[in-house]
Amino acid sequence: MPDLLQLSGVSTHIGQYHILHGVDFSVAPNSLTMLLGRNGAGKTTSLRTIMGLWRASAGSVRFDQQDITRTPTPELARRGIAYVPENMGIFAGLTVRENMVLAAREGEPDEKRLEWIFALFPAMKKFWHGLAGNLSGGQKQMLAISRAIVEPRKLLLVDEPTKGLAPAIIQAMIEAFRELKRETTLLVVEQNFHFARSLGDAVAVMDSGRIVHRGRMAELAGDEALQQRLLGLSLDTHQ
Amino acid sequence: MRDWIPLALIPAVALLALPLVPSTPTWVTLTIAGLAMGMMIFIMASGLTLVFGLMDVMNFAHGAFISVGAYAGASVLLAMKAPMQSQSLVDNLGAIIPGVLAAMALAAALGWFFERVVVRPVYGDHLKQILVTMGGLIVCEQLIHVVWGPDLIALPRPATLTGSILLGDAAIERYRMLAVVVGLAVFFAMWLVLNRTRIGLLIRAGVENTEMVESLGYRVRRLFVGVFVAGSALAGLGGIMWAMYQESLTAGMGMQVLVVIFIVIIIGGLGSVGGCFVGALLVGLIANYIGYVAPKLALGSNILLMVLILLWRPRGLYPVGK
Repeated sequence: MPDLLQLSGVSTHIGQYHILHGVDFSVAPNSLTMLLGRNGAGKTTSLRTIMGLWRASAGSVRFDQQDITRTPTPELARRGIAYVPENMGIFAGLTVRENMVLAAREGEPDEKRLEWIFALFPAMKKFWHGLAGNLSGGQKQMLAISRAIVEPRKLLLVDEPTKGLAPAIIQAMIEAFRELKRETTLLVVEQNFHFARSLGDAVAVMDSGRIVHRGRMAELAGDEALQQRLLGLSLDTHQ
Repeated sequence: MRDWIPLALIPAVALLALPLVPSTPTWVTLTIAGLAMGMMIFIMASGLTLVFGLMDVMNFAHGAFISVGAYAGASVLLAMKAPMQSQSLVDNLGAIIPGVLAAMALAAALGWFFERVVVRPVYGDHLKQILVTMGGLIVCEQLIHVVWGPDLIALPRPATLTGSILLGDAAIERYRMLAVVVGLAVFFAMWLVLNRTRIGLLIRAGVENTEMVESLGYRVRRLFVGVFVAGSALAGLGGIMWAMYQESLTAGMGMQVLVVIFIVIIIGGLGSVGGCFVGALLVGLIANYIGYVAPKLALGSNILLMVLILLWRPRGLYPVGK
């Protein structure tokens, strides 16, 4: 089966800064690919470039067999790519319901779909009519992910879903992502190696705007020396 | 507007002014005058605050939409002398409605032209936005001089809207009462659109986080053009109402009122329609009370109000989460 997403030689400039230097990696359909790397490695820039929020200055991005390098962001969303940014991007002045309604582009969210989301994240049902700005950090992240999956998507881009979350919430997130893996393809940027190892099928590691490693997650999880070399961390400290 | 404290400032200011004014009828007159002035400022400012909130555009040309709207409306009103001078409200409305529609239509058309030609090339660059929109404002003023002449134009009010009615001992100008009613109608219409429609939901979300709205599949640029044009039409409506309030118009009226409009949208919180409404009413009330009690302080009262509010809430009364 051909890859769902393919980046070939992607370079991205932000102002005068050259952030991505020929990034190459791909995401297989029905898989969860983890994009790892130290701070400033270019992970977020990669996601934003795929989503069209920053334009690639060279190289190409292909999605579902089509070149999307110059495709505007709204068009990408309509083609089935959902994006959960690092800051979650929830609309704080809108209610949870309004956030979800906005993401369901064809009208009111489907009832069955909502029940499925409520089963994943019960807090969404509890605070359905509450202001999104009043939710806790973990609940905001749940809302951001719920919003992204309110309609079936072909590809879900998620930027650091566990950032700043308590361990108990992270465990709930792991369970939710296991469920999400069953219905869609995911590309997840993550710093929490425990989370990445628990969920990832494939992995790409970035450093200084380049992909420095690609492979199966299980291989990286089983090779502590490789982790130390690529990520500068010891597995023990991140379990 | 789930935070009621800023809203409570309006009756608080009115009640604080009560002991400073020598008589209750005078206080009633000043309060209605302040509310009327505030409503007209709100009508002119509401579009500008949404334009800034949605696309971070600093549009000084908004003053031109006010002036051009006023001149377009006045041209219609002045051409319809008989219905304007008639003592029948129906006849007056027969002149006012076309006048208002002309003001809104020409201001909307000018807004559409500005968005496409002047604003679009400078998205994301505040300095250039200030320069080109200020330049556009000056060009429009000069074009008004060319078309309508450089002199002040007198604009008598329709016969049924001149004079006052007595509420007890308080004299209330009829036109000011109309301004309050129109202002409230515009506010509630905007409230309904923003809170009860999908377009409104998109605008509210777009004001908070434009990029995320695009990531959900909506073309914010199209939404922005609609808001820009609607805001320009409201500026035109505010312009003709302001001209009838002043009973005269000049090419520079838009620029003069623009300073107050910017104060109002800063006080309210950039991008917040509710904040703009409360800010406009506060400015209108305080300008009238201070103008009566201590006329020498009137000029600085708006600035003082802005300073006090920003000291209390640095991002305005109803900050919008950007």
